[in-house]
Amino acid sequence: MEKTMIAKTLNLIAAASFAVAAGAAPALAAEANVEPLKHQHWHFSGPFGTYDKDALQRGYQVYETVCSNCHGVELLSFRNLGQKGGPFHLDSCPEGVPESVDCSNPNENPIVKAAAAKYKYQITDGPDDTGDMFQRAPLPSDRVPSPYANEQQARAANGGALPPDLSLIIKARHHGPDYVYSLLTGFADAPETVNIAPGQHYNPWFPGDMAQLLKPQYLDEEGHPKEGVEVPPGGVLAMAPPLSDGIVDYADESTPETVDQYAKDVVEFLTWASEPKMEARKKLGVMSLAYLIILAGLLYWSYREIWSKEH
Amino acid sequence: MAHESTYKPGTALERWLDKRLPIVRLGYDSFIDFPTPKNLNYWWTFGGILAVCLVIQILTGVILAMHYTPHKDFAFDSVEHIMRDVNYGWLMRYVHSNGASMFFLAVYIHMFRGLYYGSYKEPREMIWILGVVIFLLMMATAFMGYVLPWGQMSYWGATVITNILGAIPVLGESIRTLLWGGPSVDNPTLNRFFSLHYLLPFAIAGVVVLHIWALHVPGNNNPAGVEVKTKKDTVPFHPYYTVKDSFAIVLFLVLFAVFVFFQPNALGHPDNYIEANPLSTPAHIVPEWYFLPFYAILRAITFNIGPISSKLGGVIAMFGSIGVLFVLPWLDTSKVRSMRYRPTAQLWFVLFVLDCLLLGYLGGKPAEGIYVALAQAATAFYFAFFLIILPLLGILEKPRAMPKSISESVLKPSKADGAAAQPAAAE
Repeated sequence: MEKTMIAKTLNLIAAASFAVAAGAAPALAAEANVEPLKHQHWHFSGPFGTYDKDALQRGYQVYETVCSNCHGVELLSFRNLGQKGGPFHLDSCPEGVPESVDCSNPNENPIVKAAAAKYKYQITDGPDDTGDMFQRAPLPSDRVPSPYANEQQARAANGGALPPDLSLIIKARHHGPDYVYSLLTGFADAPETVNIAPGQHYNPWFPGDMAQLLKPQYLDEEGHPKEGVEVPPGGVLAMAPPLSDGIVDYADESTPETVDQYAKDVVEFLTWASEPKMEARKKLGVMSLAYLIILAGLLYWSYREIWSKEH
Repeated sequence: MAHESTYKPGTALERWLDKRLPIVRLGYDSFIDFPTPKNLNYWWTFGGILAVCLVIQILTGVILAMHYTPHKDFAFDSVEHIMRDVNYGWLMRYVHSNGASMFFLAVYIHMFRGLYYGSYKEPREMIWILGVVIFLLMMATAFMGYVLPWGQMSYWGATVITNILGAIPVLGESIRTLLWGGPSVDNPTLNRFFSLHYLLPFAIAGVVVLHIWALHVPGNNNPAGVEVKTKKDTVPFHPYYTVKDSFAIVLFLVLFAVFVFFQPNALGHPDNYIEANPLSTPAHIVPEWYFLPFYAILRAITFNIGPISSKLGGVIAMFGSIGVLFVLPWLDTSKVRSMRYRPTAQLWFVLFVLDCLLLGYLGGKPAEGIYVALAQAATAFYFAFFLIILPLLGILEKPRAMPKSISESVLKPSKADGAAAQPAAAE
């Protein structure tokens, strides 16, 4: 009798704990104070998503014209641009190229060769026969040269800030494509309530702590925001708004030359740069899943067949 | 082996070999003719799934090691080299990194299954204990493997965890120095972690052999929790369970493939795509998801207990949370093996699973505010489940009537799955 009483009590405690656990969940929230991301529909999203080759080419142009002034993509080689799935991959040669050239080979791809040869930065090679290092134009086999020789030079040129390498930027941020797009299109005038130091730029999508930048009149004695003073979302960064309408000339007249379009295109390019084998991966994934599901069906049928004798 | 060998060497070669090295006999008795309870459900397929996970990790790992450079200046780039320039290198790496997650997912299900069906109880204590040893080795291997790409989370995770070990009295400093190979996490740390990461999986394979050996002495537990009585209770392992396990393994591989091919980075952390930088600490340092419950327990001890600092207390709690599993067979006092016949224990089991999930959630949150209090409560419940609830339940609860044999439980499943409405009749 007593045993059942205690057992019932244990049951009751267990049931009550359920209720508490379920109720506690919504009380937990709040992370970094930034604007919600501007979610875009990307050509590469979803299990069948692929890169939009035209956007990749335009994105490379935006990177090459604008971003590369400060940011490198040191994990990329020029030959990558001509690989399968890359912006300038060719299955066959365009008119006028000698027959001995295999344009599907990235190192012989004329567009890639030209892009490397006319790139804005040179490669330091050497030592030559006299023992000196020398500068030369890049080849398709070279890594894309970065704007700065080292971190110190990069910081010196950017007021102490270090422009991050962009090869993996999309994978190195939560919701990378939407984040980079939101950041690039999100620069805004700073709210009245904050002081922004010269060389700093406000962006509601950049993770930071704007409470520290509130003007003194909005703070109480302890340095906390006064009642009713809203801390603006986002943070400040050393990068000035890099894009403006018309800054890059697209060859294709039908594509708008707007900040929005540039941002979309360069995100497409940077996503490819961080995950150049995505198309091959998804293609193999579809085939693997089809294979596994058929195999699972056959095995289930075998299982039923074998066990039918037992039950 | 526990059962009579029925192996008949069919060819002259087999007869010759059988007299000298009866390895075919061993394989036949263990994996062909092995008498297996006929009522095993799908939760029992995770043993086979785990074997597949181990093989996948070793195969992909050996290939990755051919292209990887364990040096702090080249490790990150060599991983990207694998991703970009090695033929199918991206596949090897994504299978290996997601494989670790799949391995832990499977091992947690395997362990919860053991807990629910009382698979650790007499005479299977050694199987369970060896399993906990495997789990510990897996954790060490996974932790060191996560350091190898030398990203920000690799570096800072290694720094946080190795620093914590420094809190162990007397030996802590020495252990930490031995792990670091210097005054901080640096190139020597990466070198030795790589070496050990390559070594430990083979140690795991060795303990797995012992685990299966120990399993084959008493034979499998089963959902009814009653021992095999007659041959009618069993079926030969092949083809009955080879086909069932294969089916489950392929279903598991479907989930595996979904992650590898379509969400390869969902279980990782973006910060690990930033090269390690000792001068820049990430905003939140979080371990891989499969360590989060233990990380929550580690951080839950925020107070000193007498001479024990909060840091040491956290280390004790974290290792204690696994240590308690070693003595689980003696903590659970119930004579009834399967929780199928223990309605009160069932309820507490569900709470325990929820508690582990809550700990996992809290491990991923910053250790501040309400999260700390919740983590402390969840940690207390974790230990209370093993140290108070299981010992008490065995004495206090009134189990349902059990089937007399496996065959009976199969033929009258209503008794097992039916509502609690019939205990009186079952008396």
